[in-house]
Amino acid sequence: MVLPIVDFGAVAPELALTVFACLLLFAGVFLKENGRAVNPWLALAGVLVASAYAACPAEPHVSFSGMYAADRFTQFFKLMFLLGTGLTILISAKYSDDERINHGEYYALLLFATVGMMIMAAGSDMIVIFLGLELLSISLYALAGYTRMRAESNEAALKYFLLGGFAAGFLLYGMALIYGSTGHTGLFGIAKAVSHGSPNYTLLTIGSILLLVGLGFKVAAVPFHQWTPDVYQGSPVPVTAFMSAGPKAAVLAVMIRVFEQSVAFMNVDWTAWITVLAVMTMTVGNIAALVQTDAKRMLAFSSISHAGYAMVGLAAANKGGISAVLLYMLVYTFMNIGAFGILALVARKGEQRTRMADFTGFAYTNPGLAVVMTILVFSLAGIPPMAGFIAKFYIFMSAVEAGQYFLVFAAVVNSAIGIYYYLRFTVYMYMKDPAEQLPPLKASVGLLLALVISLYGVLRLGVAPGPYLEMAAKALLSF
Amino acid sequence: MGGMLWLIVLLPLMGAAVNGFFGKNLPKPAVYAVALGSTGLSFALAVLAFMELVAMPADARVVNNVIYDWITAGDLNVAVNFLLDPLSGLWMLVVTGVGFLIHVYSVGYMSHDRTFWKFFSYLNLFMFSMLMLVLGGNFLLMFIGWEGVGLCSYLLIGYDYHRTAAAVAGKKAFVMNRIGDFGFILAIMLIFVVFGTLDYHGVFSQAHEKLVAGGTVVTAITLLLFLGATGKSAQIPLYTWLPDAMEGPTPVSALIHAATMVTAGVYMLCRTSILFNMAPFTMTVVAVIGCATAVFAATIGLFQKDIKRVLAYSTVSQLGYMFMACGVGAYVAAAFHVMTHAFFKACLFLGSGSVIHSMGGEQNMEKMGALKKHMPQTYWTFLISTLAIAGIFPFAGFFSKDEILAETFGSGHTALWVIATVAAGVTAFYMFRAVFLTFHGKSRVDHEVEHHLHESPYVMTLPLIILAFLATVGGFLGIPIIEGANVLHNFLGPVFAQGAEHAAEHGGGHSLELELGLMGLSLGVAITGIALAYYFFLKNPAAAERMQKSYQGIHTLVFNKYYIDELYDWLFTRPIVRASREILHKIVDVQIIDGLVNGVASFFMGLSSVARRLQSGLIRDYALTMAVAFVLLAGFYLWGGR
Repeated sequence: MVLPIVDFGAVAPELALTVFACLLLFAGVFLKENGRAVNPWLALAGVLVASAYAACPAEPHVSFSGMYAADRFTQFFKLMFLLGTGLTILISAKYSDDERINHGEYYALLLFATVGMMIMAAGSDMIVIFLGLELLSISLYALAGYTRMRAESNEAALKYFLLGGFAAGFLLYGMALIYGSTGHTGLFGIAKAVSHGSPNYTLLTIGSILLLVGLGFKVAAVPFHQWTPDVYQGSPVPVTAFMSAGPKAAVLAVMIRVFEQSVAFMNVDWTAWITVLAVMTMTVGNIAALVQTDAKRMLAFSSISHAGYAMVGLAAANKGGISAVLLYMLVYTFMNIGAFGILALVARKGEQRTRMADFTGFAYTNPGLAVVMTILVFSLAGIPPMAGFIAKFYIFMSAVEAGQYFLVFAAVVNSAIGIYYYLRFTVYMYMKDPAEQLPPLKASVGLLLALVISLYGVLRLGVAPGPYLEMAAKALLSF
Repeated sequence: MGGMLWLIVLLPLMGAAVNGFFGKNLPKPAVYAVALGSTGLSFALAVLAFMELVAMPADARVVNNVIYDWITAGDLNVAVNFLLDPLSGLWMLVVTGVGFLIHVYSVGYMSHDRTFWKFFSYLNLFMFSMLMLVLGGNFLLMFIGWEGVGLCSYLLIGYDYHRTAAAVAGKKAFVMNRIGDFGFILAIMLIFVVFGTLDYHGVFSQAHEKLVAGGTVVTAITLLLFLGATGKSAQIPLYTWLPDAMEGPTPVSALIHAATMVTAGVYMLCRTSILFNMAPFTMTVVAVIGCATAVFAATIGLFQKDIKRVLAYSTVSQLGYMFMACGVGAYVAAAFHVMTHAFFKACLFLGSGSVIHSMGGEQNMEKMGALKKHMPQTYWTFLISTLAIAGIFPFAGFFSKDEILAETFGSGHTALWVIATVAAGVTAFYMFRAVFLTFHGKSRVDHEVEHHLHESPYVMTLPLIILAFLATVGGFLGIPIIEGANVLHNFLGPVFAQGAEHAAEHGGGHSLELELGLMGLSLGVAITGIALAYYFFLKNPAAAERMQKSYQGIHTLVFNKYYIDELYDWLFTRPIVRASREILHKIVDVQIIDGLVNGVASFFMGLSSVARRLQSGLIRDYALTMAVAFVLLAGFYLWGGR
């Protein structure tokens, strides 16, 4: 028997995560109730090992017969996913204990989802991308419904699954049409066919639109977003945090690869589609967030609007825009998961208290955490010197450079609207006295660690973003 | 060591953060340790860095320490970089050194304050901002420091915000400074338009290529910069905030409103001397304004009753001297006077604080007198500093003031020289008036206060003694006449070498006889002032009252500060308040803006409710939306054009 030569280097982080996920599954069989505390740390070890592999990649190349890219772009995203997963695991440790979901499966699913995201970001073939997407989606469906005893959680899982299946249909159909018109599933092949050959443009365009619908669903772009608030609200808080950052970044990575690189040369102004989606996404996300009384649901709408900002960079369709998207998602990973971590703490056992009003007087009971939360929401609102400002700044900059002034105008107006609901957190925390006496909240080690990392990211990228900017810019070089 | 510059700047900020966030829950000694530790360490590092700078060859004393690229947007590239050269080095030492002493003093002075942690946090924040201003290597960093010190000044003037006067004074200082800052901002923008960079090196090295000497552009830039300086450094016409700033705690007056912040304008002029040297018109404006401020403020100082206000007007007046020096191209003399002034004026303020502390908060000199026997240390240090400010040999002020006068005379500005010399006499007169009223003569102290009188604790008098010592010997750094002995000249000279032609044209080599003659003259004027003060306030107080009666009109005019505050109030404040109330508030704000804002808010809230209704929660609705959206997108492509 002859073993094929496998380029393990290109998939080392994915393999590491898979191994650890399997370990977690096995451990679940043997570990007693009180031994389960080791689960999050085992998962974290997996993330660290994978990060070590991801941090030192080989020379940029495309492996697996041109289906799998191992370039700086992929590396940037892999590290970003691992960061998001690591933070999620940290804020899950205490939560999963409280909710009695501290099973190996929970963490294994997180790791499998991460593998899915990595495959998406690395995939340079539509089939591979679809595989990654499905791996991610199925893991997320299960995670969304992981707190089985809560009806909302079940509802979230079912809605997500049904609509996700529906969207996958669009995606697959789109891929099929693109293949039909160009004869290729590989992105390079498609690019060549689009620029040199004479594909059937109608089929190609309809296929691209279908693809956009499928991806738009995953990234929660308006009008394919309606599942988001329901699913985000029903899912366990750490899962919501996880879903709002990494998976969106993964879909954006796919969008960048497909639209900027592959079908970029078709004779249709596809940036116009993205522009329309971006404006709608920002506006609807922000406006719907205004009247929310539930913090979790509000953050869900806020995450919709943030995806909209990121898409502004995509619509700018220049180098600055793409690296700005990368930076944006990195910053978003830092600040959003931190904010959700605090929300998980405030929500207490059984997620009984996720309303905005439950933050009342938080500054008096937990002044330190209130300051952290303030910094994080300021960053989300895009107030300097937090990273959120820098991230928005470069996005807007790229749109200005592309001459998309209307888009910039819409984005700026939206940022202004956004400030209103983010600052409501501070109003509740600082300007109202606590109404009822509840047992004091104490942050766990994991949460504190996650917050330290978030804070570092938010302040470091806000004050001195230099090296990260460079990283994001370099990610495009080996495209 | 150059690599430690950022630490010198950052340490006070860290101190401010620790005390600001956690000071409330920290024990008192810990707050002191943080505040004093951070500034003390900063001072120690500053000394080390300075020594390293001195050890470098004279013409290569520049350390430019780029920390990181801060803003990169289109053509705008701004780094966070710190620049250490003799000029910023001198200021750095004064700021950290005097700042540290005043921190020590504050431990005693603020011991009864309930929110002392807040006070120290603000004070540390001020140190950070001031060091940023001085050490920043480009105009934007200087501006950050500039705004930062303005903010801290506002916070500290209004520190005792329960008192209306303090709150109002803080507001006044802020508004006045804003006017100046506006000029500074415009200047920065203009510099960027002309040079395409904000880095000092980039700007100054291209100054002669990109600007025409004496041209409109450079004149505009320098005039705008000077407008900024008049705000921060309390020059005509924006000086009126400084006397009112005395509402702040006395250590604040000493640190911010005498020794450091108010000299920021002088620093800015010295730093941009290359540009100023290219704009002769601006130079004339600077010299004339400086001279006018010097004499104008000195005369107001004559009749003030509040000890701190006397010192405040003398600060305005001394700053006038510094600007006059800049205006005649004698930047070294200006920097020299900044340094000596920091010593003796900080000492005077802290001395007055010691008096006020002992008097239980009384600041009126008419209710003092004969305090000498109660507080000997305060008296002697106050006297030494007064001798220094009066310009008596061999105290520090003598050398620096004499150098300014000599340079003014030597550069041909005879009229300015005459006025400034007279002002020096006036200074000697009113400063000794303060000494005599406070420490000599008969006691006019209330009986209840009388037996509380006490010398201040060591933590307060020790800084006084150190500062008095510096006020005595600080002048020896700039001994004129003997070529090699003028240490400061040799040290600072290279910084201004590039633009030195202007100064060299006139000044520089005046003869020994002339120099000695000028010295003797200014000494004579100062002694005359002191003698007059002695006659009127100790020997024969009745004569003072008679004088006052016979020149009632002038006295009332000067006592009321020439009614400048009233004039500004009538000219600017009232019309603005009125227009604000009638037009801006009633029409623009209430009707247009509020209407718009509320309208927009309710519009979006309405939209939001609609969006919420769309969120039905039913899967089939969601799926339908997606399908419809696809059809619309595809339809738009197929039929709607392309």
